[in-house]
Amino acid sequence: MSIEFRSVGKQFPDGTQAVGDFSLMIPSRTTTVLVGSSGCGKTTLLRMVNRMVDPTRGSVLIDGEDISHRDPVALRRSIGYVMQNSGLLPHRKVLDNVATVPRLNGMAKAEARERALTLLDTVGLDRELGDRYPSQLSGGQQQRVGVARALAADPNILLMDEPFGAVDPIVRAELQQELLRLRRELDKTVVFVTHDIDEAFLLGDQVVLLQRGGRIAQVGTPAEILANPTSDFVAEFVGADRGRRALRIERVGGADVVVDELGRPAGVLARSASQAEAGARTAPGAPAQGELAS
Amino acid sequence: MLFVDAITWIFSADSDIVQRLGEHLFFTLLAFAIAVLVAVPLGYLIGHTGKGREIAVALSGAARALPSFGLILLLVLLIGVLQIVPAVTLALVLLAVPSILAGAYSGLEAIDRRTLDAARAMGMTEWQVLTKVEIPLGLPLLISGMRAGALQIVATATLAAYVGLGGLGYPVLQGIAVRRYDETLGGALIVVLLAVVLDSIFGVLERVTVPRGVRLGRGIGERRRRPPAIATETANRLVQAG
Ligand SMILES: Nc1ncnc2c1ncn2[C@@H]1O[C@H](COP(=O)(O)OP(=O)(O)OP(=O)(O)O)[C@@H](O)[C@H]1O
Ligand SMILES: [Mg+2]
Repeated sequence: MSIEFRSVGKQFPDGTQAVGDFSLMIPSRTTTVLVGSSGCGKTTLLRMVNRMVDPTRGSVLIDGEDISHRDPVALRRSIGYVMQNSGLLPHRKVLDNVATVPRLNGMAKAEARERALTLLDTVGLDRELGDRYPSQLSGGQQQRVGVARALAADPNILLMDEPFGAVDPIVRAELQQELLRLRRELDKTVVFVTHDIDEAFLLGDQVVLLQRGGRIAQVGTPAEILANPTSDFVAEFVGADRGRRALRIERVGGADVVVDELGRPAGVLARSASQAEAGARTAPGAPAQGELAS
Repeated sequence: MLFVDAITWIFSADSDIVQRLGEHLFFTLLAFAIAVLVAVPLGYLIGHTGKGREIAVALSGAARALPSFGLILLLVLLIGVLQIVPAVTLALVLLAVPSILAGAYSGLEAIDRRTLDAARAMGMTEWQVLTKVEIPLGLPLLISGMRAGALQIVATATLAAYVGLGGLGYPVLQGIAVRRYDETLGGALIVVLLAVVLDSIFGVLERVTVPRGVRLGRGIGERRRRPPAIATETANRLVQAG
């Protein structure tokens, strides 16, 4: 399902202008990452999609239909939402947390729990954890449960707000890989929020770089943004100004070795002279720099 | 010895202690039930919407400042001797309402806002947020409010005897009037005993209503506490195995 923001703005009752004038088209079955520093309005924008925040101007459309006419309760049950904090209900077991939305939608208890168990598999959690309470899980496990819960009703739209914020870099990388796998399997429209540009480039088909007040600094594919930062802000944010991500090729013992800005080897260039040349041109766009190194 | 005399009196045939206890319990339970019926829905309304809190706090404070005996006399004067039963009941109700009200709304207020936000974000209706999240999580504080309210009623119901309604206050007053201090002490002892029993019952309730997931996570911040986790796991295994 496609999502469209049409000149939306949000002013909170206390006068804070969280989002000024934001427009964006999110095509169906793609992943769009909203990236920007703290307080730039990412969460506010995300929550407009499930009407946890109603814009004070403009409109949000899902498949061309203005959602301000939709019943918020029904809308929210049809959209998966992974919250910035895991947002699990402390008095319910993991399994019941995951089964919440199917239960709200009227699924029988046994069936919902069965589905919850398979979802624990999906997000790589041991089924035995289903009988624990959220307080008995580590931060990373809680976030996985949050992802499982968001997937439970098999929604077409998945909103993820810094879902991997509370975990160490290793688990984070693991979760990112799992999300990539899930995305291939599940075929959903994903809106993902992060302040980590590497994560944005890794996961996004489309990356939206935001400045304060939800102002768009640049929209594009990771490669487009890396190849052509449209402003100093963008260049700085992606690290291009510091020569970061500027990969070079050095010949070592008959092979083309790609090295990063500090001269550390990042990987070996894959074959054929013409490909090598093409690779050299797109090398700065390689978001998977961390993966190549080993 | 007076204490022994008091005990002897309690078990003697002329103490009427069962009847007095019955009267006392009747007023206590009646007033408590009405107070709960009034205060809990009101407290939930305030706690859920966040509206009217200031008014509730002010009213509670004012009601608590009123001396209970004064309250009974006032009501008796107001309503008249003919309707003395409703007057006393109303006084006891008014006495307990502030504590129960405070327990109900503070129970909801103490819940992490992010938990409620998550419940709404998943598509719970306001009613579902109340019944599936707020009430279970707010129960321990509500019970603690009920505990305070019930104790106030039990203690104050003693004063019902002043207006001729019997209860455990009757032997206390009677004893003072005819200088039979064993009766006075005997009646007082039973009131204290009743209060202690009620307090323990509510104490237990207060503890068992803390949801397990909350109890397990208590006071350990983000980290999980090992022993209970292992204990539950072992228990689960045993259950599955058996
Ligand atoms: N309910 C609210 N009332 C008033 N101001 C708010 C509210 N929610 C958010 N804001 C403000 O709106 C701005 C954008 O907030 P938002 O939560 O969207 O930021 P964010 O980009 O998600 O930040 P972070 O990366 O820290 O999560 C901030 O200045 C914030 O203080
Ligand atoms: Mg945020």
